[in-house]
Amino acid sequence: MTGRGEPAEHEWVDDHAGPVVRPYAVTGGRARPVTGTFDLISLVTATRTEVGSESGLGPEHVAIVGLCQRIQSVAEIAAHLDLPVGTVRVLLGDLAARSLVQVREPRATAAGLPDEHVFEAVINGLRAL
Amino acid sequence: MDYGRSERPAGAAPLPTAIKILIAGGFGVGKTTMVGAVSETRPLRTEEVLTETGIGIDDLSGVEAKSTTTVAMDFGRITLSDDLVLYLFGTPGQDRFWFVWDELALGALGAVVLADTRRLADCFPSIDYFEGRGTPFVVAVNCFEGARQFRLDEVQAALDLDPGVPVVLCDARQRESAKEVLITLLEHAMKLRETRRRAAGD
Ligand SMILES: Nc1nc2c(ncn2[C@@H]2O[C@H](COP(=O)(O)OP(=O)(O)OP(=O)(O)O)[C@@H](O)[C@H]2O)c(=O)[nH]1
Ligand SMILES: [Mg+2]
Repeated sequence: MTGRGEPAEHEWVDDHAGPVVRPYAVTGGRARPVTGTFDLISLVTATRTEVGSESGLGPEHVAIVGLCQRIQSVAEIAAHLDLPVGTVRVLLGDLAARSLVQVREPRATAAGLPDEHVFEAVINGLRAL
Repeated sequence: MDYGRSERPAGAAPLPTAIKILIAGGFGVGKTTMVGAVSETRPLRTEEVLTETGIGIDDLSGVEAKSTTTVAMDFGRITLSDDLVLYLFGTPGQDRFWFVWDELALGALGAVVLADTRRLADCFPSIDYFEGRGTPFVVAVNCFEGARQFRLDEVQAALDLDPGVPVVLCDARQRESAKEVLITLLEHAMKLRETRRRAAGD
Protein backbone atom coordinates (compact mmCIF):
# COMPACT_ATOMS: atom_id res chain seq x y z
CA MET A 1 0.00 0.00 0.00
CA THR A 2 1.40 3.32 -0.97
CA GLY A 3 -1.22 5.99 -0.42
CA ARG A 4 0.20 7.19 2.86
CA GLY A 5 -1.55 10.50 2.80
CA GLU A 6 -5.02 9.17 2.01
CA PRO A 7 -7.57 9.66 4.77
CA ALA A 8 -9.18 6.25 4.17
CA GLU A 9 -5.86 4.69 4.99
CA HIS A 10 -5.68 6.36 8.37
CA GLU A 11 -9.19 5.47 9.38
CA TRP A 12 -8.46 1.81 9.65
CA VAL A 13 -4.91 2.19 10.81
CA ASP A 14 -5.46 4.46 13.77
CA ASP A 15 -8.24 2.42 15.34
CA HIS A 16 -5.97 -0.44 16.12
CA ALA A 17 -2.57 1.02 16.82
CA GLY A 18 -2.72 0.27 20.55
CA PRO A 19 -2.30 -3.45 21.23
CA VAL A 20 1.01 -3.77 19.45
CA VAL A 21 3.13 -2.51 22.33
CA ARG A 22 3.08 -5.72 24.35
CA PRO A 23 4.04 -8.05 21.47
CA TYR A 24 6.87 -5.71 20.61
CA ALA A 25 8.20 -5.95 24.15
CA VAL A 26 7.77 -9.73 24.29
CA THR A 27 10.05 -10.31 21.31
CA GLY A 28 12.42 -7.47 22.08
CA GLY A 29 11.38 -5.92 18.80
CA ARG A 30 12.37 -8.91 16.71
CA ALA A 31 10.19 -9.43 13.66
CA ARG A 32 11.37 -12.82 12.41
CA PRO A 33 12.01 -16.16 14.07
CA VAL A 34 15.65 -17.24 14.27
CA THR A 35 14.60 -20.51 12.65
CA GLY A 36 11.50 -22.00 11.04
CA THR A 37 8.52 -20.57 9.19
CA PHE A 38 5.58 -21.77 11.35
CA ASP A 39 2.46 -22.01 9.27
CA LEU A 40 -0.75 -21.19 11.16
CA ILE A 41 -1.53 -24.90 11.31
CA SER A 42 1.97 -26.22 11.95
CA LEU A 43 1.61 -28.51 14.94
CA VAL A 44 3.86 -27.99 17.93
CA THR A 45 4.65 -30.22 20.87
CA ALA A 46 7.05 -29.60 23.74
CA THR A 47 9.98 -31.96 24.08
CA ARG A 48 10.12 -31.43 27.84
CA THR A 49 7.54 -31.24 30.58
CA GLU A 50 8.87 -27.92 31.79
CA VAL A 51 11.63 -25.38 31.37
CA GLY A 52 13.08 -23.27 34.09
CA SER A 53 14.04 -19.66 33.74
CA GLU A 54 17.39 -20.81 32.31
CA SER A 55 18.89 -19.77 29.00
CA GLY A 56 17.30 -16.37 28.65
CA LEU A 57 13.74 -17.49 28.08
CA GLY A 58 10.89 -15.24 29.07
CA PRO A 59 7.55 -16.07 30.68
CA GLU A 60 5.89 -16.36 27.27
CA HIS A 61 8.40 -19.03 26.20
CA VAL A 62 7.67 -20.93 29.38
CA ALA A 63 3.94 -20.57 28.78
CA ILE A 64 4.27 -22.04 25.28
CA VAL A 65 6.13 -25.07 26.60
CA GLY A 66 3.36 -25.50 29.16
CA LEU A 67 0.63 -25.24 26.53
CA CYS A 68 2.39 -27.59 24.16
CA GLN A 69 2.33 -30.52 26.55
CA ARG A 70 -0.73 -31.16 24.42
CA ILE A 71 -0.25 -30.81 20.67
CA GLN A 72 -1.23 -27.32 19.52
CA SER A 73 -1.20 -25.48 16.25
CA VAL A 74 0.57 -22.14 15.95
CA ALA A 75 -2.85 -20.49 15.66
CA GLU A 76 -4.03 -22.13 18.89
CA ILE A 77 -0.92 -21.04 20.77
CA ALA A 78 -1.46 -17.47 19.61
CA ALA A 79 -5.13 -17.57 20.60
CA HIS A 80 -4.48 -19.03 24.04
CA LEU A 81 -1.66 -16.61 24.84
CA ASP A 82 -3.57 -13.70 23.31
CA LEU A 83 -0.56 -12.69 21.24
CA PRO A 84 -0.38 -11.93 17.51
CA VAL A 85 0.71 -14.82 15.33
CA GLY A 86 3.90 -13.03 14.27
CA THR A 87 5.00 -12.69 17.88
CA VAL A 88 4.33 -16.34 18.58
CA ARG A 89 6.39 -17.30 15.53
CA VAL A 90 9.39 -15.44 16.94
CA LEU A 91 8.98 -17.15 20.32
CA LEU A 92 8.63 -20.57 18.67
CA GLY A 93 11.80 -19.93 16.71
CA ASP A 94 13.66 -19.38 19.99
CA LEU A 95 12.26 -22.63 21.39
CA ALA A 96 12.95 -24.63 18.22
CA ALA A 97 16.54 -23.37 18.17
CA ARG A 98 16.93 -24.86 21.67
CA SER A 99 15.12 -28.09 20.68
CA LEU A 100 12.50 -27.37 23.31
CA VAL A 101 9.69 -27.90 20.82
CA GLN A 102 9.12 -30.24 17.93
CA VAL A 103 7.24 -28.85 14.92
CA ARG A 104 5.35 -30.60 12.16
CA GLU A 105 4.61 -28.54 9.09
CA PRO A 106 1.20 -29.14 7.46
CA ARG A 107 0.93 -31.78 4.79
CA ALA A 108 -0.63 -29.56 2.17
CA THR A 109 1.66 -26.82 0.97
CA ALA A 110 2.21 -24.65 -2.03
CA ALA A 111 3.70 -27.75 -3.64
CA GLY A 112 0.26 -29.30 -3.85
CA LEU A 113 -2.68 -30.79 -2.03
CA PRO A 114 -2.37 -34.05 -0.13
CA ASP A 115 -3.28 -37.28 -1.87
CA GLU A 116 -6.80 -38.61 -1.97
CA HIS A 117 -6.30 -40.81 1.07
CA VAL A 118 -6.23 -37.67 3.13
CA PHE A 119 -9.51 -36.47 1.61
CA GLU A 120 -11.06 -39.86 2.30
CA ALA A 121 -9.77 -39.87 5.85
CA VAL A 122 -11.26 -36.43 6.47
CA ILE A 123 -14.64 -37.47 5.03
CA ASN A 124 -14.71 -40.64 7.13
CA GLY A 125 -13.57 -38.75 10.20
CA LEU A 126 -16.33 -36.17 9.75
CA ARG A 127 -18.99 -38.85 9.24
CA ALA A 128 -17.86 -40.53 12.45
CA LEU A 129 -18.12 -37.36 14.56
CA MET B 1 14.94 -45.51 24.18
CA ASP B 2 15.86 -43.93 27.42
CA TYR B 3 14.29 -40.65 28.37
CA GLY B 4 15.66 -38.25 30.92
CA ARG B 5 13.42 -37.12 33.74
CA SER B 6 12.16 -34.05 32.01
CA GLU B 7 11.80 -35.58 28.56
CA ARG B 8 8.42 -36.72 27.51
CA PRO B 9 8.14 -39.94 25.52
CA ALA B 10 5.08 -38.62 23.71
CA GLY B 11 7.34 -36.06 22.08
CA ALA B 12 9.04 -38.90 20.25
CA ALA B 13 5.85 -40.17 18.65
CA PRO B 14 5.14 -38.77 15.18
CA LEU B 15 3.01 -35.66 15.35
CA PRO B 16 -0.29 -35.69 13.48
CA THR B 17 -0.60 -33.64 10.33
CA ALA B 18 -2.92 -30.71 10.12
CA ILE B 19 -5.15 -29.64 7.27
CA LYS B 20 -7.53 -26.76 6.90
CA ILE B 21 -10.75 -25.66 5.28
CA LEU B 22 -11.85 -22.04 4.96
CA ILE B 23 -15.29 -20.67 5.79
CA ALA B 24 -15.86 -17.51 3.77
CA GLY B 25 -18.73 -15.20 2.87
CA GLY B 26 -20.03 -11.73 3.54
CA PHE B 27 -20.34 -9.84 6.81
CA GLY B 28 -22.54 -11.52 9.41
CA VAL B 29 -23.46 -14.47 7.19
CA GLY B 30 -22.71 -17.09 9.84
CA LYS B 31 -19.01 -17.94 9.36
CA THR B 32 -18.12 -17.98 13.05
CA THR B 33 -21.37 -19.78 13.83
CA MET B 34 -20.50 -22.58 11.42
CA VAL B 35 -16.94 -22.87 12.75
CA GLY B 36 -18.35 -23.19 16.26
CA ALA B 37 -21.10 -25.64 15.31
CA VAL B 38 -18.73 -28.31 14.10
CA SER B 39 -15.54 -27.67 16.09
CA GLU B 40 -14.66 -29.43 19.31
CA THR B 41 -14.30 -26.20 21.26
CA ARG B 42 -15.84 -22.77 20.96
CA PRO B 43 -14.25 -20.75 18.16
CA LEU B 44 -10.83 -19.34 18.99
CA ARG B 45 -9.56 -16.04 17.72
CA THR B 46 -6.10 -15.15 16.53
CA GLU B 47 -4.70 -11.93 15.19
CA GLU B 48 -2.19 -10.91 12.59
CA VAL B 49 -0.55 -7.54 13.02
CA LEU B 50 -0.07 -5.64 9.81
CA THR B 51 2.07 -2.63 9.25
CA GLU B 52 0.96 0.30 7.20
CA THR B 53 3.07 -0.84 4.28
CA GLY B 54 0.94 -3.94 3.97
CA ILE B 55 4.02 -6.02 3.28
CA GLY B 56 5.98 -7.98 5.83
CA ILE B 57 2.92 -9.02 7.73
CA ASP B 58 4.75 -9.69 10.96
CA ASP B 59 7.30 -6.94 10.70
CA LEU B 60 7.22 -5.26 14.06
CA SER B 61 10.58 -3.57 13.80
CA GLY B 62 10.34 0.13 14.33
CA VAL B 63 6.73 -0.36 15.14
CA GLU B 64 6.47 2.79 17.21
CA ALA B 65 7.06 4.82 14.11
CA LYS B 66 4.63 2.89 11.92
CA SER B 67 0.90 2.62 11.98
CA THR B 68 -0.40 -0.87 12.31
CA THR B 69 -3.68 -2.67 12.27
CA THR B 70 -4.77 -6.13 13.26
CA VAL B 71 -6.82 -8.67 11.36
CA ALA B 72 -8.73 -11.19 13.42
CA MET B 73 -9.41 -14.73 12.28
CA ASP B 74 -11.79 -17.13 13.97
CA PHE B 75 -10.97 -20.78 13.86
CA GLY B 76 -11.82 -24.12 15.36
CA ARG B 77 -10.27 -27.54 15.62
CA ILE B 78 -11.65 -30.99 14.83
CA THR B 79 -9.43 -33.89 15.86
CA LEU B 80 -10.33 -36.53 13.28
CA SER B 81 -7.91 -39.24 14.35
CA ASP B 82 -4.57 -39.72 16.06
CA ASP B 83 -2.78 -38.52 12.98
CA LEU B 84 -5.17 -36.04 11.39
CA VAL B 85 -6.36 -32.69 12.73
CA LEU B 86 -8.70 -30.46 10.75
CA TYR B 87 -8.82 -26.70 11.30
CA LEU B 88 -11.64 -24.50 10.10
CA PHE B 89 -10.79 -20.86 9.54
CA GLY B 90 -13.34 -18.11 9.14
CA THR B 91 -11.91 -15.59 6.69
CA PRO B 92 -11.66 -11.93 7.67
CA GLY B 93 -14.47 -9.93 6.13
CA GLN B 94 -12.85 -6.93 4.51
CA ASP B 95 -11.52 -7.06 0.99
CA ARG B 96 -8.44 -5.06 1.90
CA PHE B 97 -7.08 -8.06 3.76
CA TRP B 98 -6.58 -10.20 0.67
CA PHE B 99 -3.02 -10.97 1.64
CA VAL B 100 -4.30 -12.61 4.81
CA TRP B 101 -6.63 -14.65 2.61
CA ASP B 102 -3.61 -15.69 0.57
CA GLU B 103 -1.94 -17.05 3.67
CA LEU B 104 -5.10 -18.85 4.71
CA ALA B 105 -5.84 -20.27 1.26
CA LEU B 106 -2.33 -21.65 0.82
CA GLY B 107 -2.64 -25.40 1.21
CA ALA B 108 -6.34 -25.33 2.12
CA LEU B 109 -8.30 -28.38 1.01
CA GLY B 110 -11.11 -26.11 -0.05
CA ALA B 111 -13.56 -23.44 1.03
CA VAL B 112 -17.19 -23.07 2.00
CA VAL B 113 -18.73 -19.82 0.77
CA LEU B 114 -21.71 -18.99 2.97
CA ALA B 115 -24.48 -17.04 1.29
CA ASP B 116 -27.56 -15.24 2.57
CA THR B 117 -30.27 -15.02 -0.08
CA ARG B 118 -31.31 -11.59 1.22
CA ARG B 119 -27.94 -10.20 0.17
CA LEU B 120 -26.45 -12.64 -2.27
CA ALA B 121 -24.02 -10.11 -3.73
CA ASP B 122 -22.07 -10.11 -0.45
CA CYS B 123 -20.48 -13.42 -1.38
CA PHE B 124 -19.31 -12.34 -4.86
CA PRO B 125 -15.82 -11.31 -3.68
CA SER B 126 -15.30 -14.69 -1.99
CA ILE B 127 -16.43 -16.57 -5.08
CA ASP B 128 -14.25 -14.45 -7.36
CA TYR B 129 -11.30 -15.03 -5.07
CA PHE B 130 -11.58 -18.83 -4.96
CA GLU B 131 -12.36 -19.08 -8.69
CA GLY B 132 -9.27 -16.99 -9.40
CA ARG B 133 -7.07 -19.15 -7.22
CA GLY B 134 -8.54 -22.44 -8.36
CA THR B 135 -9.43 -23.34 -4.78
CA PRO B 136 -12.29 -25.88 -4.70
CA PHE B 137 -15.37 -24.39 -3.09
CA VAL B 138 -19.06 -25.00 -2.47
CA VAL B 139 -21.75 -22.42 -1.85
CA ALA B 140 -23.83 -23.05 1.26
CA VAL B 141 -27.00 -20.99 1.51
CA ASN B 142 -27.56 -20.23 5.18
CA CYS B 143 -31.23 -20.55 6.07
CA PHE B 144 -32.01 -17.47 8.10
CA GLU B 145 -35.64 -17.30 9.19
CA GLY B 146 -37.77 -15.06 7.05
CA ALA B 147 -35.30 -15.22 4.20
CA ARG B 148 -37.03 -15.35 0.88
CA GLN B 149 -36.92 -18.90 -0.36
CA PHE B 150 -34.93 -19.33 -3.52
CA ARG B 151 -34.49 -22.54 -5.43
CA LEU B 152 -30.90 -23.70 -5.46
CA ASP B 153 -30.71 -23.51 -9.24
CA GLU B 154 -31.81 -19.88 -9.02
CA VAL B 155 -28.97 -19.19 -6.61
CA GLN B 156 -26.60 -21.02 -8.93
CA ALA B 157 -27.70 -18.82 -11.83
CA ALA B 158 -27.69 -15.61 -9.79
CA LEU B 159 -24.13 -16.29 -8.69
CA ASP B 160 -23.10 -17.23 -12.23
CA LEU B 161 -21.38 -20.36 -10.95
CA ASP B 162 -19.77 -23.06 -13.00
CA PRO B 163 -22.31 -25.88 -13.33
CA GLY B 164 -20.05 -28.22 -11.35
CA VAL B 165 -19.97 -26.07 -8.21
CA PRO B 166 -22.30 -27.56 -5.58
CA VAL B 167 -24.91 -25.27 -4.03
CA VAL B 168 -26.47 -26.60 -0.86
CA LEU B 169 -28.78 -25.36 1.88
CA CYS B 170 -27.51 -25.30 5.42
CA ASP B 171 -28.18 -24.15 8.92
CA ALA B 172 -24.84 -22.90 10.17
CA ARG B 173 -25.96 -23.41 13.79
CA GLN B 174 -26.49 -27.15 13.34
CA ARG B 175 -23.57 -29.50 13.68
CA GLU B 176 -25.02 -32.14 11.35
CA SER B 177 -25.77 -29.54 8.71
CA ALA B 178 -22.26 -28.07 8.92
CA LYS B 179 -20.78 -31.58 8.68
CA GLU B 180 -22.80 -32.28 5.53
CA VAL B 181 -21.55 -29.07 3.93
CA LEU B 182 -17.93 -30.01 4.69
CA ILE B 183 -18.40 -33.51 3.30
CA THR B 184 -19.97 -32.10 0.13
CA LEU B 185 -16.97 -29.81 -0.23
CA LEU B 186 -14.44 -32.62 0.22
CA GLU B 187 -16.21 -34.89 -2.28
CA HIS B 188 -16.29 -32.01 -4.75
CA ALA B 189 -12.61 -31.24 -4.14
CA MET B 190 -11.68 -34.89 -4.75
CA LYS B 191 -13.65 -34.97 -7.98
CA LEU B 192 -12.08 -31.71 -9.14
CA ARG B 193 -8.65 -33.03 -8.32
CA GLU B 194 -9.26 -36.14 -10.41
CA THR B 195 -10.61 -34.10 -13.33
CA ARG B 196 -7.62 -31.79 -13.27
CA ARG B 197 -5.21 -34.71 -13.13
CA ARG B 198 -6.83 -36.29 -16.19
CA ALA B 199 -6.80 -32.97 -18.01
CA ALA B 200 -3.09 -32.70 -17.26
CA GLY B 201 -2.73 -36.07 -18.96
CA ASP B 202 -1.37 -38.34 -16.26
N1 LIG C 1 -31.52 -17.64 12.02
C1 LIG C 1 -30.26 -17.94 11.81
N2 LIG C 1 -29.32 -17.15 12.36
C2 LIG C 1 -28.04 -17.46 12.15
C3 LIG C 1 -27.64 -18.55 11.36
N3 LIG C 1 -26.29 -18.57 11.29
C4 LIG C 1 -25.87 -17.51 12.02
N4 LIG C 1 -26.89 -16.84 12.55
C5 LIG C 1 -26.83 -15.63 13.37
O1 LIG C 1 -26.32 -14.57 12.57
C6 LIG C 1 -25.46 -13.71 13.29
C7 LIG C 1 -24.09 -13.59 12.62
O2 LIG C 1 -23.44 -14.84 12.67
P1 LIG C 1 -21.84 -14.96 12.74
O3 LIG C 1 -21.54 -16.41 12.80
O4 LIG C 1 -21.29 -14.08 13.79
O5 LIG C 1 -21.46 -14.39 11.32
P2 LIG C 1 -20.00 -14.09 10.75
O6 LIG C 1 -20.08 -14.39 9.30
O7 LIG C 1 -18.97 -14.77 11.56
O8 LIG C 1 -19.93 -12.52 10.98
P3 LIG C 1 -18.65 -11.56 10.81
O9 LIG C 1 -17.46 -12.32 11.32
O10 LIG C 1 -19.00 -10.39 11.65
O11 LIG C 1 -18.58 -11.23 9.36
C8 LIG C 1 -25.36 -14.31 14.69
O12 LIG C 1 -26.26 -13.60 15.51
C9 LIG C 1 -25.83 -15.75 14.50
O13 LIG C 1 -26.43 -16.26 15.67
C10 LIG C 1 -28.68 -19.38 10.80
O14 LIG C 1 -28.42 -20.36 10.11
N5 LIG C 1 -29.95 -19.02 11.06
MG1 LIG D 1 -17.23 -13.96 12.45
